[in-house]
Order: sequence, then C-alpha cells, then structure tokens
Amino acid sequence: MSLTKSVSTGRSVRPRARSSRLRAYLRVDGWGLLILPLLVFLVVIFVVPLGMLIAKSFTDPTVGLDNYREIFAESLYLKILTNTFVIALSVTAVTLLLAYPYAYLMTIATPMWRTVLLLLVLVPFWTSVLVRSFALVLLLRDTGVLNTIAQDVGLISEPFPIMRSMKGVIFGMVQVALPFAVLPMYATMRNIDTRLTKAAQGLGDRPSGAFWRVFVPLSMPGVAAGLLLTFIQALGYYITPAMLGGPKNTMIGELIVQQVSTVLQFGFAAALAVLLLGTTFVLLAIAGRFMNLERMLMGRS
Amino acid sequence: MTRILTRAGLILLAALIGAYILLPILIILPMSVSESAFLTFPPQGFTWQWFEELKLDPTWLEAATASLRVAALSAILSVVLGTLAALALVRGRFPFRGPVLMVLLAPLIVPYVIIGLAVYIAFLEIGLTETTLGFVLVHTCLGVPYVMINVCAGLVAVDRRLEMASMNLGAGPVSTFFRITLPAILPNMLAGALFAFITSWDEVVVAIFMSGPTLTTLPVKMWAGIRVQIDPTLAAISSLALLVIVGCFLIIGLGRLVQRLLARRSVSSDSTGV
Repeated sequence: MSLTKSVSTGRSVRPRARSSRLRAYLRVDGWGLLILPLLVFLVVIFVVPLGMLIAKSFTDPTVGLDNYREIFAESLYLKILTNTFVIALSVTAVTLLLAYPYAYLMTIATPMWRTVLLLLVLVPFWTSVLVRSFALVLLLRDTGVLNTIAQDVGLISEPFPIMRSMKGVIFGMVQVALPFAVLPMYATMRNIDTRLTKAAQGLGDRPSGAFWRVFVPLSMPGVAAGLLLTFIQALGYYITPAMLGGPKNTMIGELIVQQVSTVLQFGFAAALAVLLLGTTFVLLAIAGRFMNLERMLMGRS
Repeated sequence: MTRILTRAGLILLAALIGAYILLPILIILPMSVSESAFLTFPPQGFTWQWFEELKLDPTWLEAATASLRVAALSAILSVVLGTLAALALVRGRFPFRGPVLMVLLAPLIVPYVIIGLAVYIAFLEIGLTETTLGFVLVHTCLGVPYVMINVCAGLVAVDRRLEMASMNLGAGPVSTFFRITLPAILPNMLAGALFAFITSWDEVVVAIFMSGPTLTTLPVKMWAGIRVQIDPTLAAISSLALLVIVGCFLIIGLGRLVQRLLARRSVSSDSTGV
C-alpha cells in the first residue's frame, strides 16, 4: 500500500519538475524569434521539396518500391553505383595523402603563411566549378598544355591520354575536395598540445617517433571527419566527372540529371537521389561522432 | 638535418599543391586573348577577337544579365534572412537549437544534384521553374548559410559594453541596434552578401534543372557550350566570370582590412582614453 503511495507521489512530483524544465527549454525570447523568417523560408523552399522528392520516389509512376528495385535489378545502374563509390574512394585516398601534410604545414607555419595556405586551399571552393573544369580540359586534353609541354621537352613522344578516364576525373575532383579535408584536419591539429610531442622526445623518442606515436593518433578525429566529408562531397559531384570522365566513368549525379532531362523518369531519378541523400546522412551522422560538424561548418568562411 | 629535409619536403609539397590549384585557372586568361582558334598551347599573338564575338551574340548578354539579376536579388534576400537568423543564434533563446541549426546548415552539405532535383519537382508544380523568382528563391537557400556564418562571427566580436553605454545614455533598443550594432556588423553582412552573390553567380547544377528557353543563367549557357564544342569564346567568357569573382574577393578583403584597422583604432583609443 505504502509502495503504491510512494510511487504515485513520485509520479505526481516528477511531471511537474519535467514540465517546468520543458517550459524553460521551450522558452523563446525576442531575439530568438528572429530565427523564424529563415527557418520558415528554408522549410518551404528546401525541406518540403526534399519531402516531395522522397514521396515521388515511392509513388511515381506506381506506388511501391519499383523504382528502387529497378536500380538494383539493372546491371548498368549497379555499375554506375559501384563507379561512384570507387571514384569517391579514390578521390578521398588521394586527398588524404595531400591534405594531411598540407594541414600539418599550416600548424607549424607563421601566421602570415598560414593565412596564405588557407586562402590558397579555398580558391577551388570559391571559383566556378565550370570555369575550373574547363581550365582542366585545356590542361589535360591530348593537345592540351601538359601534353604539349611533355612532348616538347621530350618526356613522351605520343600524347598521354588523361581526359575521358578515371585519372582525369580524380585529378579534377581532388582540387574541390581539398578544403573539405584540410579544414577539419587543421582544426584538430591546431588544438594538439605541442608539449606532448616534446614530452615524448624528452622521454627519449626520436622526433619522427614522437610524430607517429603522439601527433598522428591525436589528429585522427580530424582525419576521420575530413575523410568522411570529402567522401560525401565526392559522391554527389556532377560537373567534373561529366566533363573530364568518359562514358565508363559515369557517376550517380550524371545519371540523375540524365534520367530527368532525357528520359523524363522523375520517379526513378528521385529514387537515385534519395539513395544518395540517405547515404549522405548516414555518413554525416558517423562524421558527427568525430567532430562538432556545426562548429566546423560555421568556421569555414 | 632530417628536420630541415622534412620541412623542405612539406614546403615543396605545398608549392606543388598551390600550382595544382592555381595554374589551371590562370591558364584561362592568356588562352582567352590568344589568336589560335583551337586553344592550342602556348598561346599565340594577342587579340580581343573572342571578346568581340561575345558582344555580337545577344544570348550571352541575356544570360549574363539574368545571372547578375538573380545573384544580386538572392544576395539581398540572403542578407536579410541570414542577418536576422544570426542575431537569433548569437543573442537569442529558442528551443530545438540543434535540429534548427542542422536545417540552416544543411544546404552546405546536401549535394546540389539532390537540391536541384527536389526543388525542380516542387517548382514545376507551381510554375516557378524558368522564372527569376524561382532562381532567386533556390539560390538564396544555397547562399544564406554564408551570410549567417559571417554575421555570427561579427556579432560575437561586437563589444556589448558599447550597446550598454548607448542604452544608458538614453537610446532605446531599436535605436541602439541601428546606431551601434548594425554599423559594427556591416562589413560581415557585406562579406556574407558577396559570398551569397558568388554562390549564385557560379552555381550551375541546380540551375541546369531550373533553366529553359525562357530563362537561362550564364553558367548553364557555358555548360551547354562546353558540351558541344570547346572554343575560345568560352575561354573569354570564363575570364570575365573569373574577374567578377576576383572583384568580389577584393571587396571582401578590403572590408576585412578596414574592419581590422577600425578595431585597432578603437582598442588604442581605449587604452589611451582610460
């Protein structure tokens, strides 16, 4: 009897505490209301269309999972999906090899050089993907700058084909991917206590040993976040692969545009987009475990 | 010794990465004034011919004005919405902060192909594709996070004591905002607006979905041209597009410089005045 009483009082007390905490949590002040215009705008222009996209993938042309079944039934589509993953993985790997030493150099550089390095890596982010891809075509094609120079110098006798191959796609995509890898890596490395590597050396480790055994493990969260962000971005590229790759290097973005513009299969294109969106969110959730993504994004410009 | 070698290696690598990033873009400029009609390297002679040809084709001018109009309008809309949101984020209190922030930053992460398709499907229903309004709305989504980020950074740095002093001296909150806070974050708003402008000016993937015979932006027209055949007029238009961006960044850099100088002056007058 007393047990039920205590339980019931416990119940009557707790909701009150919870409701006051809830009310404190839900409190909005005058400044807070200013979030509404943008929030409403983005819900209407961005979130609702994404919802419509998801709905369309299940309903157009027929209700059900037909669109998704088609993706996995046709070997051509499966090949494009595999392509997309292989290219994104290769881009991520090459980007890691370049971005890690670059970010490390940023941590040991003087403030002025650090700014220069930062601005430099952001150039691809802020110049038109179209202009950049066009420039790469001028650079990489058989009669392009690189092949002409290499032939004039006598390095090669025949033009070395880079365009219309995976090499060309990777060459173009790594440029855009670099900031997404360098920035989180640098953000993590900057906060590593340099006294730790000094301590390792003081305890008798060689500088290289201190670097590999102390600095590298401590920088891993930034590396993981950077790699995931790079991979996510690489999955969704459209212009660069369409321009520098050949028919064998079609990626999912190109397939989506093709399905809409040439065969008008909206439902199927939507299903592909939802697949890409789902993958993006899963990878983002994983990246969020390594790093405060909001803070990283907010610190970008 | 190994330390010096490592440093040298790192610097060499950074220089190579720098060349890899910059050279392709810089190569466009000499190519656009080269006499060769096949864009061969090295560039030959000097001519404005390809720029002249751009002038002769009215569709380039139409696309460029459409792009400018869309970019300017979406920059303005982005500044208004983004500044209000930044004020709420830095100063305000509201529930569901995490999820709300996720929605506000999502346009930076979600691939443009997905945004393009989703917005295209939605806008097709209400007839907003191929309209300036449609372009402005979707490009504002893409650009507004940059305004928000920039203005947030500016607001955090605003000296709250100045606002309190203004209120103590009898100014109301609204007047304090317009006389103290707004001037302090104006450079950040300008930088954010220019980032939003560039985002729209450059944007091609979403624009490919939204474009049609009645309205085409410059990047989409360039994209169509590149897909058909690469010719020197494209190098000329690329140079011009690049110059617009460089101009924007010069303004941003100048704004930051002025802001820093003003901040330094107020700090030094602080220390001498007290």
